[in-house]
Amino acid sequence: MSNIAKTPINVLHMQDITMQFGGVVAVNGLTLDVNQGEIVALIGPNGAGKTTAFNCVTGIYEPTFGQVDFMGETILSNTPKGKMKKTYLGEVSPRPIPIISSTPDVITKKGIARTFQNIRLFGQLTVFDNVLIAKHMRAKQNVFSATLRLNRKEEERMRAETTALLEEQNLLHLKDEIATSLPYGLQRRLEIARALATEPKFLLLDEPAAGMNPQETQELTDFIKQIRDSYHLTVFMIEHHMDLVMQISDRIYVLDFGKLIAHGTPEDIQNNERVIEAYLGVSDDAED
Amino acid sequence: MKKNAVSKNKLYTLAALLVIIVLLAFLQANSAQYSYQISILERSAIYAVVAVSMNLLTGFTGLFSLGQAGFMAIGAYTVAILTIPVDSRASVYYVNGISPAIANLHCPYWLALIIAGILAAALAALIGIPVLRLKSDYLAIATLGFSEIIRAVIAAPQLDRITNGSYGLKSIPGFPNLFIAFGLPALCILLMVLLINSSYGRAFKALREDEVAAQAMGLNLFRYKELAFIISSFFTGVGGGLLAIFMRSIDSKTFSINLTYDILLIVVLGGIGSITGSVIGSFLVTAGREWLRFFDNPLVIGGFVVPLFRSGFRMVIFSILLMMVVLFYRRGIMGSNEFSWEGLGRLIRSIPSRIKRKSKAQKHPAGIPLCPESMDDSKKGDNA
Repeated sequence: MSNIAKTPINVLHMQDITMQFGGVVAVNGLTLDVNQGEIVALIGPNGAGKTTAFNCVTGIYEPTFGQVDFMGETILSNTPKGKMKKTYLGEVSPRPIPIISSTPDVITKKGIARTFQNIRLFGQLTVFDNVLIAKHMRAKQNVFSATLRLNRKEEERMRAETTALLEEQNLLHLKDEIATSLPYGLQRRLEIARALATEPKFLLLDEPAAGMNPQETQELTDFIKQIRDSYHLTVFMIEHHMDLVMQISDRIYVLDFGKLIAHGTPEDIQNNERVIEAYLGVSDDAED
Repeated sequence: MKKNAVSKNKLYTLAALLVIIVLLAFLQANSAQYSYQISILERSAIYAVVAVSMNLLTGFTGLFSLGQAGFMAIGAYTVAILTIPVDSRASVYYVNGISPAIANLHCPYWLALIIAGILAAALAALIGIPVLRLKSDYLAIATLGFSEIIRAVIAAPQLDRITNGSYGLKSIPGFPNLFIAFGLPALCILLMVLLINSSYGRAFKALREDEVAAQAMGLNLFRYKELAFIISSFFTGVGGGLLAIFMRSIDSKTFSINLTYDILLIVVLGGIGSITGSVIGSFLVTAGREWLRFFDNPLVIGGFVVPLFRSGFRMVIFSILLMMVVLFYRRGIMGSNEFSWEGLGRLIRSIPSRIKRKSKAQKHPAGIPLCPESMDDSKKGDNA
């Protein structure tokens, strides 16, 4: 934890991120920061808007309002359009913000990688190809050189890097297996390996421990710490396993119904009344 | 040992190539005698190019497009206009006259084929901008519409002096020899195979498997869809050009929607996502149509005229055969597998056991086979 002690470098800054689907406000004015080398967790009950927040960072959704900065560079910034203008512009920000929107592939190229809540592997492809595809975007080849095999060196380098990565992740012996034929836990591992293959600086994990037993969860805890250190990553994750979250998070943000209700170290969060309320419900609310 | 296997396969491939070349030389030498068979094989080879290019789009990139006939028409007309000998143009355009812009435009067939591909690709790039934002069935309907528009434009009276309207274009010089007639399709297919096995091919497959994950891997969705569409249309255009050289006379009716369906049929029959499947499919479908001509002639057995045997009946039989294939081999002949010498070896070795199994099944005619069969069926449904 010493690396965050002095003058932390800001990796991710979300400012007033709001995502509205019709009448439903899935994320409401979310502001948060993630600093270099940290492991930060985003928790909250089901439907709190955690995955929506992730999708806003990775460009899958265009937020209705708000701004996302990555390493000091604005990657998303939306001026609300149409009716939304009245709702948001006057209240939250007095000045219009220029529209900047980045497609997911641009964001990935900048160094943000992610995994998905419902595993999204390239199902019918092999483990090796799954990881190799991630190397494609940083290759200098074009269609002609690739088709006519003029890029042998680059292709070999991509393959060597993939082999090395799979070896580090202990997946090399499975390299010719079809991705969907792997057991669930290994599919999760493969998804993380694939995300690492994009050479990220910042890794978003969406419920990495979902469906894992306590022992696997413990292994995952060590694994996340280990990849953070060996790949010099900053990790931002959504997780429901409180053991895991409390063990490895430097800081925790808590969302409920799209709004940030608490923020702090694991100790703070464990004793925060609003968090306990949100998770367990209060008798008054329950009767409503 | 592994190296040994690789060199063995190379040897087999070389031997197969040699056999094909010898066969071609034989056909070339006796081309007058075997002209019917040669024409079937040539047409199959050309359909194979278009089928593989459609498979590149449908099977490997996951874009279901039905615009093949339109792009083929562009390729065919380009090649026809560029290769009809200048001397015979007056007789081709004898009704409407020829537009002065193209009257003296002439180039060798190989250059015409490349230009045909480029024109088809350029149009695909333009059409792709609005159309590729659509998904699955909607994309198919939109491309189908475009293909019909292209055909209608070609047949339009305003373009009579270029496309010769409903009279079509004739006296297109044919292939100089059989090696070129089969070599060019083979080259096109080889290029597509190389592309599919390259890093770009993997990117296309990623798009097919999961668009969201592909984007998260840094692939620009629109750019790669457009790229696949352009490349596929290029080879479709070249395929159309080859068809024009093969048929030697074309008109807009050749490129009706039926042509697209023929190609689709080949792709589905061969197996979506299998290049070998598309090639085998195109030879089977094209040849099958001809073999079945037997049903078109009236059949008389001992003075009794067998009913139903009349002109057009072969299409009924053909359709029934197709339905059977689709019902029992739902994933096509090859599924999504490719040809390999090991696979062929395994198939040959498995034939005796298959025959054994069949004879066993025949021993228990009723009751027992029903259950596993129905289970088998549900499994196939999952795969599809």
